[in-house]
Amino acid sequence: MLKIDGISSHYGGVQALDDISLFQREGEILALIGGNGAGKTTLLNLISGIIRPSCGKILFKGENIVSFPPERIVELGIIQVPEGRHLFGPLTVRENLELGAYRRRGKHNKKKISEDFKYILQLFPVLEKRLNQRAETLSGGEQQMLAIGRGLMGKPVLLLLDEPSLGLAPLVIQEIISVIERLRKEGTTVLLVEQNARAALRISDRAYVLETGKIWLHGTASDLLGTVEVKRAYLGQDSMAFSIR
Amino acid sequence: MDFSQQIAQYIVTGLTIGAIYAIVAMGFNIIHNATGIVNFAQCEFISLGGMFMYSLVVLFKVNLIISFFISTAGVALIGALIEIGPIRHARSKEIIVLIFLTIGLSEVLRGTAQEVWGTDNVGVPAFSGENPIHLLGGGTIVPQHIWIFAITVLVMLLLHYFFKKTLMGKAMRATAVNRRAAALAGISVNRMTLFSFAFSGALGAVAGIIIAPISTTSYDTGIMLGLKGFAAAILGGYGNFAGAILGGVILGLLESLGAGLVSSQYKDAIAFSVLLLVLFLKPTGIMGYGEAERV
Ligand SMILES: Nc1ncnc2c1ncn2[C@@H]1O[C@H](COP(=O)(O)OP(=O)(O)OP(=O)(O)O)[C@@H](O)[C@H]1O
Ligand SMILES: [Mg+2]
Repeated sequence: MLKIDGISSHYGGVQALDDISLFQREGEILALIGGNGAGKTTLLNLISGIIRPSCGKILFKGENIVSFPPERIVELGIIQVPEGRHLFGPLTVRENLELGAYRRRGKHNKKKISEDFKYILQLFPVLEKRLNQRAETLSGGEQQMLAIGRGLMGKPVLLLLDEPSLGLAPLVIQEIISVIERLRKEGTTVLLVEQNARAALRISDRAYVLETGKIWLHGTASDLLGTVEVKRAYLGQDSMAFSIR
Repeated sequence: MDFSQQIAQYIVTGLTIGAIYAIVAMGFNIIHNATGIVNFAQCEFISLGGMFMYSLVVLFKVNLIISFFISTAGVALIGALIEIGPIRHARSKEIIVLIFLTIGLSEVLRGTAQEVWGTDNVGVPAFSGENPIHLLGGGTIVPQHIWIFAITVLVMLLLHYFFKKTLMGKAMRATAVNRRAAALAGISVNRMTLFSFAFSGALGAVAGIIIAPISTTSYDTGIMLGLKGFAAAILGGYGNFAGAILGGVILGLLESLGAGLVSSQYKDAIAFSVLLLVLFLKPTGIMGYGEAERV
């Protein structure tokens, strides 16, 4: 479904990604793990067309999408839930969700969109009471749910989730994890970016570990989980997040 | 006419002129929200609206209503072309560079208008005659004032409907709030910016058209009206729509009452004193939240 081939990226003179190649199969949850500044967000923004690579290809269903503008990439069904939520703060919760379905605008989709709207309120019941509230007045966890809900309103073929668990309480993280698992069951392909390696590996099929712009490890999630456990035991770390070294 | 009637008259005039300022302020706000810039070509949109109307109605004897729509659409098109051409292709996207670009464009438009129409002030017939209507209290009102007021209210209602109820309007607001998130929702930021210029063009044109029968029009009438509309936008809180209306009405009333009760010499000075006072005391304006509103 997704194939990234020899992508490098620079901000000014600073290299953020160095010759990255990876692939993702349809229906798969792929985890992209790495510490601060590893280049995870950069990679997602390259896929979404927010920034352009210095070289390399990004193939989606065989088509090179590297020079596509963001709205065309969204039209293909590649939808990113960005790090730090990026909600439309002064707009209401309802409006944020409606705008998530922007790519499906047009008369013939109205019924499906309202069905999806109900489905998302069912996934995140807290949002229902807050539909007419400005998005910026939600709590952090609620905002993250809204961000994911807005992404889902676009009916993603490939969902790019950038650190959905960042700064959230364990209970909320659990809720988001179960939503991701549910999405997989429904056939959505998910690319999950996380620093929280253990949580990510537990729900994903395969994973790549990124470090300072390079792929450091990749393999099936269970293999990597073993590696992580080994490192953790070896290095004596006790936190959920792990350092790659 | 006794004193209270006189006051009523000033208020009517103030509200009318305030309505014009509000429309102009709205034009400034829409582009500001979409791009972060102050579009000084807004002044030329007003002049062009008036001059297009004059050409169609007076020179080519076109029907008034048709002229209204052609003039508005024509200036909207000019707004759109400004965005598609110079603004979109500017090498630097720095706000200050773009603002200077609009000043340059404004000069070009005004120069061209001067070549086409010359420098004379010309009149446009009032929409429904000049016979004053007698009000209940004993005052009078010229029908054009009613037209100005009604059209302004209609424009505001349409804008409100567009921005609050339609997906496209919500997408424009979303783009104003967060361009990256808008792009990630599949909204074409370029297209929204284009719309904002076309809208502002249309708003400027409407202001220029509806005031032309009262104050005459020329290739540069838009400068003073534009700057006062800008003052109204600042007064209300730059970028804020409700603020534009409030700012416009307050400025219009101050000006009209000031001119009537003190001296008409101070008419223009009042607007700019208010502008300076607001910038000095509360730069975010009456309804403004400050820059935090725009992420
Ligand atoms: N807009 C930018 N301008 C300049 N440098 C940037 C920019 N965005 C990211 N970088 C740099 O690129 C590198 C990769 O950043 P990126 O945001 O992709 O990391 P990340 O893996 O998402 O980190 P985190 O987990 O902290 O979000 C970092 O060194 C960062 O400083
Ligand atoms: Mg990141």
